[in-house]
Amino acid sequence: MSSLNEAPQIGRFDGIKNKLMQREKLTDTAFLLTITITLFFTIYALAVIFLGDKGFGKVQMFFNLFNENAALIVIACGLSIVMVTGSIDISVGGSTALICTSCIVGLNKYGFNFLTSLLLALAIGLAFGILQGLLIAYLEIQPFIVTLAGMFLGRGLVALIEVNQVQVANPAFEKLSGARIEIPFLGDYNKKGIFLQSKLEYGVIVALIIVVLIFFLLRKTSLGRSFYAVGGNPQSALMLGINVKRTRFMAHVLCGLLAGIGGFLYLFHTRSGSVQQATGLEMDAISASIIGGTLLTGGVGNIFGTLFGVLTGGTVLLIVTAIGSQDPWWPQITRAAMLCFFIILQSVICSRKRNKSE
Amino acid sequence: MQNAVLRMRGIYKSFPGVRALQNVDFRLCEGEIHALMGENGAGKSTLIKVLTGVYVKESGEINLKGLDKPVTIKSPQEAQKLGISTVYQEITLCPNLTVAENMFIGRTDELIVNWKKRIEKTNVILSSLGIPAKATQQLSSCSIAVQQMVAIARAVDMECKVLILDEPTSSLDDQEVSKLFSLMRDLRDRGVGIIFVTHFLDQVYEVCDKITVLRNGELVGEYLIRDLPRVELVSKMLGKELGDLSSLHNETACDIARQQEIVIEANELSSDSGIKPFNFKTCKGEVTGFAGLLGSGRSECVRAIFGADHVTGGEIKIHGESVRITSPLKAMKKGIGYLSEDRKRDGIIGDLSVRENMILALQVMRGFFKPFSKAQAQAFADEYIKILGIKTASADTPISSLSGGNQQKVILARWLLTHPDYLILDEPTRGIDIGTKVDIQKLVLKLAEEGMSITFISSEIEEMLRTCSRLIVMRDLNIVGEIKGEDMTQDRIMHTIAGGATTHGDS
Repeated sequence: MSSLNEAPQIGRFDGIKNKLMQREKLTDTAFLLTITITLFFTIYALAVIFLGDKGFGKVQMFFNLFNENAALIVIACGLSIVMVTGSIDISVGGSTALICTSCIVGLNKYGFNFLTSLLLALAIGLAFGILQGLLIAYLEIQPFIVTLAGMFLGRGLVALIEVNQVQVANPAFEKLSGARIEIPFLGDYNKKGIFLQSKLEYGVIVALIIVVLIFFLLRKTSLGRSFYAVGGNPQSALMLGINVKRTRFMAHVLCGLLAGIGGFLYLFHTRSGSVQQATGLEMDAISASIIGGTLLTGGVGNIFGTLFGVLTGGTVLLIVTAIGSQDPWWPQITRAAMLCFFIILQSVICSRKRNKSE
Repeated sequence: MQNAVLRMRGIYKSFPGVRALQNVDFRLCEGEIHALMGENGAGKSTLIKVLTGVYVKESGEINLKGLDKPVTIKSPQEAQKLGISTVYQEITLCPNLTVAENMFIGRTDELIVNWKKRIEKTNVILSSLGIPAKATQQLSSCSIAVQQMVAIARAVDMECKVLILDEPTSSLDDQEVSKLFSLMRDLRDRGVGIIFVTHFLDQVYEVCDKITVLRNGELVGEYLIRDLPRVELVSKMLGKELGDLSSLHNETACDIARQQEIVIEANELSSDSGIKPFNFKTCKGEVTGFAGLLGSGRSECVRAIFGADHVTGGEIKIHGESVRITSPLKAMKKGIGYLSEDRKRDGIIGDLSVRENMILALQVMRGFFKPFSKAQAQAFADEYIKILGIKTASADTPISSLSGGNQQKVILARWLLTHPDYLILDEPTRGIDIGTKVDIQKLVLKLAEEGMSITFISSEIEEMLRTCSRLIVMRDLNIVGEIKGEDMTQDRIMHTIAGGATTHGDS
């Protein structure tokens, strides 16, 4: 029965009712987020307990998790945005490769510095976002097809610029990218018993700031809520007076911009570039979003979930490496299992919700 | 006299081949609930769409109170800005957002929103309208009725002067409906003009002040509710005058031999379409009809028998034997055929040939792994093209190139090929020419004589009188009467459809 008859009554069951109401407030997004966070900490705690001697006992291991995944965090944020609007972008791996190689060529041969290469990275990311956004939002072409083309274009352009693998040979840039923040009071003793402070890359700070900014954007701004509205029901969004096309376009532009920043962080971390670089990065970002509770159908998603989705995926990778298996398939099979688990969980939640509304 | 808040004058709108609105006037006053009534194709939804900017009128004038010049409305957004808000049967809010977000999203372009203030404001509005919801609640956790009220609250907060409620009560239960009505009355007292579109006659008489009736895209008239008894409303909607029509009753219908062999019997059958549990039976060679206004449940009844809607209760007996029909295929195998109401959507497959369309049902029953040979299929097609006089270049012609009447005959042939014991024809003559209509009526009588049981549903009462020997009358998803033999007159049927105080009793 509907809440229609219940709500106006005031009586002695108020206390219980309020509690029930509060429980109802735990929306799907929050529920999925809770699961993701719990899962991450459980996996990490298990790793510390059982694989403590293989490096998980070290504090630096935890920070390495962030150091390795800063770029992916930013890129996955972009994907979460387009997925919330019910779209998809699989070009981010290609654009990352393009950004790395073209920036390296610029740094090595054309006298680029840190700033100009950053600008180039942002320009490439934005160009991808704007172009794909126009095709998807205004010409209403399937996002999968458009960004598949974008992916091929990205990799193709890399080969056009430089066929071989390249490394950054620019001392100033290398110095910047080698810089680390030393975390006070935290660290590990090495074999000789010397205390090493834990180190964090600057890219992680950028990534975390971006997560907070995007969280704010999605939660508090009109544009952010429009993303959810369009993803939830584009027809209704239109009737509510939202400019659906512009909203979709903006989602792709933002995703492009974040892919630009993420691509630059990737370069900053790896300092190398090649045609095959960042292969499957888009899929890692998509699976991180899904594990973080973003629905592929749109309208549901939380950026902190995405952060923890990336971290969960990263932890699994670290565990498999720590166990010492050199086989490349174990991380993938584990990730497949996790994805299945989450997709099944999400569909169960959705079908329960549907039953409830009927 | 009240102030007119909206005036529409001489509105014309046509679609390829159809005059949807011709010279329609409509007037809505401040603080009234105005019912817009009409049967299918009367033009009421077109009129609403013209008013909300979904369609653009071809000619005519729309005047709103407070504006000197006539307005042209080009989009739903523009209509909202002018103070015309619509709440549709299908909720047009975003279920994944909170109530407060649904109230305010899309209305401003501020970059950063002060949600705290909006949540407070939403709670004030909700409580002032007596809507049992919280601003921070996710919309999907509210019942449909509450969601609808949130949509109304949004409209009210946008200071709408004209509120259009398009079939808002179709998916609500009785208590929810009465809650919605008290909200509507509340808004009326605040001076909002409400246009109420519904199929439910009882609801019109419960809540409305005025009625405007449309028929075939033309204005029939505007009436005060107290001046228009139900039966007159029905006669105006159907376009039949009372009194002078009792002679149309056709003899042939009564001549059909009534064998006492019951073919189909439904007991307390109900389905998820919302139809109330009903009883129905038909004998061999009988032509029965379901009469009622659009939305009264006549199609829903036969869809439940055919298994086209999900059956939720009751039982069906075929030749006295209880059977479970869970899908149309099962119904077909039990000897039931169903020619659906919507030929374009459920019936024809436009790109396939006449022959292929014809053998479809038979093929499905036989199973797809035992296809008919081409010669066999051709023989079937030739036979029925001849019997039914289908005008087609050949059996290989794509069905989409045939006229509506001939398409309908092909679909009819499709069902006749399966040799059903019981054939349901739902609006088989809609949108086809008079000649074919008569052909189909004659065919129905001939098939019945040969022993087939038929249920014939039509919006045209004369047609039902000409073909049916027994009529089941429906109103608001209930069977409200059964008429047969001498009693079958237009007057009687319309009185039964209208129900209420003017009914003479149904037995």
